[in-house]
Amino acid sequence: MDHGLEESVADSLRLDGNAAAGVLSELFVPDLTAAHATCAGCGATRAVGALLVYAHGMGTVMRCPDCDGAVLCVTRTATQVWLDPTGARRIIIAVAQSAI
Amino acid sequence: MPATSERAPPSSGSATATPLRPASRPIAWRFATVAEVLTETPRARTLVLDVPGWPGHRAGQHVDVRLTAEDGYQTQRSYSIASAPEDARVTLTVERLDDGEVSPYLTDELRVGDQLELRGPIGGHFVWNVATGGPLLLVGGGSGIVPLRAMLRHRAAALGTADAKAGHHIPARLLYSSRRWDEVIYRDELARLVEDDPTLEVTLTLTREPPPGWTGFRRRIDRIMLAEVAWPPAERPHVFVCGGTPLVEAVAAALVELGHDPARVKTERFGPTGG
Repeated sequence: MDHGLEESVADSLRLDGNAAAGVLSELFVPDLTAAHATCAGCGATRAVGALLVYAHGMGTVMRCPDCDGAVLCVTRTATQVWLDPTGARRIIIAVAQSAI
Repeated sequence: MPATSERAPPSSGSATATPLRPASRPIAWRFATVAEVLTETPRARTLVLDVPGWPGHRAGQHVDVRLTAEDGYQTQRSYSIASAPEDARVTLTVERLDDGEVSPYLTDELRVGDQLELRGPIGGHFVWNVATGGPLLLVGGGSGIVPLRAMLRHRAAALGTADAKAGHHIPARLLYSSRRWDEVIYRDELARLVEDDPTLEVTLTLTREPPPGWTGFRRRIDRIMLAEVAWPPAERPHVFVCGGTPLVEAVAAALVELGHDPARVKTERFGPTGG
């Protein structure tokens, strides 16, 4: 499937989860990009920082590199942030061991 | 509210452990003051910043910079932190994009004493410290060198202490692609790092007109070049690839084809930049 120039322009604008770390830091206390997410579409598990990020005017879509499914979507309005996590079956965040 | 020291607790040694911050609030926007502006190349400037309340950072992290116009219009960009955690001040290196909205302001207009609104440090995936171990393979293109240089400065500072020499042996290799000799960011510093450290190798490749007498690589990074420069997969290097999206994706794919573990190849795409 060759979309020619269109595809290559979109490809070169593609970022990764690191680019979403800032907006995610507004919603989560621990850094989420080091967390591992399991894609609800295909079951692949990888660091959130390794998801593919397509930023557009309304928000950020984080896609699975394997199946292209949207794993996390963050959309902003003037007064709200909408987080759609339904593309993620599970997110595992490592925390420092507490010294009890 | 009294200023609290927000220095993050040391990493537990795992590359993925993220220490919880004591207070549950987002990373605050704050105003940094430009202390120095240094010219790295014709298009790249290093901004040395005084950042009040800076909690420290890890090599590979970035800051978000926000510019506000007089009419209230705001725009935001991310810039990798160029300084090591051990360095006295936070520094950013910005390369001017000809059609950029933000970079020309940072490289050409900002002066010592000006303020810059930023938040950070941000990111916990594309980070490395000596506790993670090695061997360490860094692959960069153009301004992608910035977070890699922070990693190398951190490595030099951490391995340079008397304590460290006893326990750490982390060989490192950098493969860095630039368009031309005069666009190699940190060129002299990289040469000095290599001179001071036989366990560091730096390989440059120039993709456009190389200088007369150039005997190095003169093409984009490809699988053959990586096979020559990188460790064999059996060495299980920690790999960090940073630069424009096309370079990063080509390099990451080639490394996986060569047999490197995808989980050990971390990437940071800068979008459609040149180099």
